[in-house]
Amino acid sequence: MELKDKLVSSFLAFENTVDVDAPVHDIRSQAIKVFEEIGFPTKKQEAWKYTSLNAILKHDYSIFPDEENALEFKDIKKYFIHDLDTYKIVFIDGKYSSHLSETTHDKIDVCLMSSALSHDKYKAVIDNYFNKIAKQDGLTSLNTAFSREGAYIYISKNKLADKPIQIIHFSTGKESAQMLQPRNLIVVGENSHVQIIERHQSLTENPVLTNSVTEIFADKRAIVDYYKIQNDNQNASLIDNTFIDQEAQSVASVHTFAFGGNITRNNLNFYQKGEGIDSILNGVTIIEGKQHVDHNTLVHHTAPNCESHQDYKGIFDEKATGVFNGKIIVNKEAQKTNAFQSNNNILLSDKATINSKPQLEIFADDVKCSHGCTIGQLDDNALFYMKSRGIGEKEAKALLMYAFANNVLASVKIPQLKSRINKLIATKLGVNIGFDL
Amino acid sequence: MLEIKDLHASVEGKEILKGLNLNVKAGEIHAIMGPNGAGKSTLANIVAGKEEYEVNEGKILLNGEDIEELAAEERAHKGIFLSFQYPVEIPGVTVTNFMKTAINETRKAQGLEEMPAKDMLKKIREKSELLEIDRKFLSRSLNEGFSGGEKKRNEIFQMAMMEPKLAILDETDSGLDIDALRIVANGVNKLKNENNAIVVITHYQRLLEYIVPDYVHVLYDGKIVKSGTKELALELEEKGYDWIKEEINA
Repeated sequence: MELKDKLVSSFLAFENTVDVDAPVHDIRSQAIKVFEEIGFPTKKQEAWKYTSLNAILKHDYSIFPDEENALEFKDIKKYFIHDLDTYKIVFIDGKYSSHLSETTHDKIDVCLMSSALSHDKYKAVIDNYFNKIAKQDGLTSLNTAFSREGAYIYISKNKLADKPIQIIHFSTGKESAQMLQPRNLIVVGENSHVQIIERHQSLTENPVLTNSVTEIFADKRAIVDYYKIQNDNQNASLIDNTFIDQEAQSVASVHTFAFGGNITRNNLNFYQKGEGIDSILNGVTIIEGKQHVDHNTLVHHTAPNCESHQDYKGIFDEKATGVFNGKIIVNKEAQKTNAFQSNNNILLSDKATINSKPQLEIFADDVKCSHGCTIGQLDDNALFYMKSRGIGEKEAKALLMYAFANNVLASVKIPQLKSRINKLIATKLGVNIGFDL
Repeated sequence: MLEIKDLHASVEGKEILKGLNLNVKAGEIHAIMGPNGAGKSTLANIVAGKEEYEVNEGKILLNGEDIEELAAEERAHKGIFLSFQYPVEIPGVTVTNFMKTAINETRKAQGLEEMPAKDMLKKIREKSELLEIDRKFLSRSLNEGFSGGEKKRNEIFQMAMMEPKLAILDETDSGLDIDALRIVANGVNKLKNENNAIVVITHYQRLLEYIVPDYVHVLYDGKIVKSGTKELALELEEKGYDWIKEEINA
């Protein structure tokens, strides 16, 4: 049976596991109809021209994790930023692991989507925010239809989350192939501030397909910093659909570090709803083998005096392929918009590919919008300079790659995270340069 | 120390060095002068091991060893240092960290332990004082946003840190005002001893007032066409290069 049919027919079984009388279930029922109608995207659609899901849709994925699988912290410690005190929301094969998590209801709510969906206490928030900005496309609708578990973060106004929050999804590979559909909701009130680190990690070579949806609401003057670490193994694919709604004078940043996985597609959407907003989209992609990373971004400016800054760096080796498709829409009302986009790429091999496409739709006449895209190789002169100081070829190349990605790395606000990302890059490049950059 | 015998070299099929001979002994300072396009920077880059150049004929020997097959970093490990005409900017890598990496990579290649952090700091302090470099400067990204003079001073700081056997200074005087020139030259002179050698490549005699060469060579059309002592540099300054060209063509 095709995956689509299997998913649609599984919906009845899924209904036995959730409260069908909850209002959210109407949303799910609607969504499965949308998915049934639209299905998975194909290369015929402009937005999917360079990314084919065909190969990863062929596996016979298990759709519901039935078993509770446990992991020992010592075995997976390395996937946490463990030298940093954080809240943790941890899932194993789609199920919440209380053992590995550290949640709170103290001043802020850092807990589970499943409890938020089932407790009256959260009803108002769910009614106001759940599925309000997620697109109604096939993949997002599929996630909505099966939405049951994920991270739920609610921060009321004038609160500072006292420590960062880590959201980690593990898959153990106990199933021969597994599909995961985490659903996250993050609401940050006026003047409040939160930092979030998210990671998906498969622990075996069995295929995993994650179709994740995250909705983030940043109210007036809120500050949201979101970091995505995508460093999964060769058989794990990720479709990340993230939607961010920003109210006046809020600042939201998303950093995406794409270092591995099979196919990774990031659909990152920012919707600006007031004046004086800043949206920051930064990415570093370093991949090789046959890995594929596709960044599809949208920034929609609807009000005057707002800014957006996009800076994506990519390094592609061997037969790796990359896509950057960055769309900026500036409505007629959004005068004095400053929208910047840059996408710089280095191809280390003749067989590596990058497709880079800016898309600017500007309807206002008094705006500053710029976009730039470069594709090149490592600078031979710079390489010679380093080598002439006794630095070996591999280390010299690594230093140049750091230098290339540096301004994105420099904008990471959590030092322990920055240090971890430096180490991930060093490990990936197989070098030990002996200091933190 | 450095022996270059009948060196013919080309880049992208174009022959640039056409039978160059040079013999530099330990304890000596040699100046190589010549008009634009004579092959001065090519010579510097070839000795340091830049890969785009092809050696067609001849030999480069460092202490008797043929270094043609050695990569640039291996030549550095053997004590060759090139002060670049155009130093490269490396964002995000501080001067200090760059030097730590360079020194420890070199020590590793020489079978030595990494330099203890305390010794490294001491050395950095000493050498930065020698070049009158502000401490803050060392935590800036390598060459990023440096003025021309700062870049050159930083090159000589790196030379001081690496303590090479053979240093080639490629147009180190360009972009330097007179004060910076004095500081750089003073640094070079203090680093000079009987066990190392320096090759100064320059257009102008100016630098040679401060770094006094034992020998001056004129490089023209890929060959050393005239050698002499420091007086030759003065003569070139006064008369330009035309008389050399005439002498050769006569």
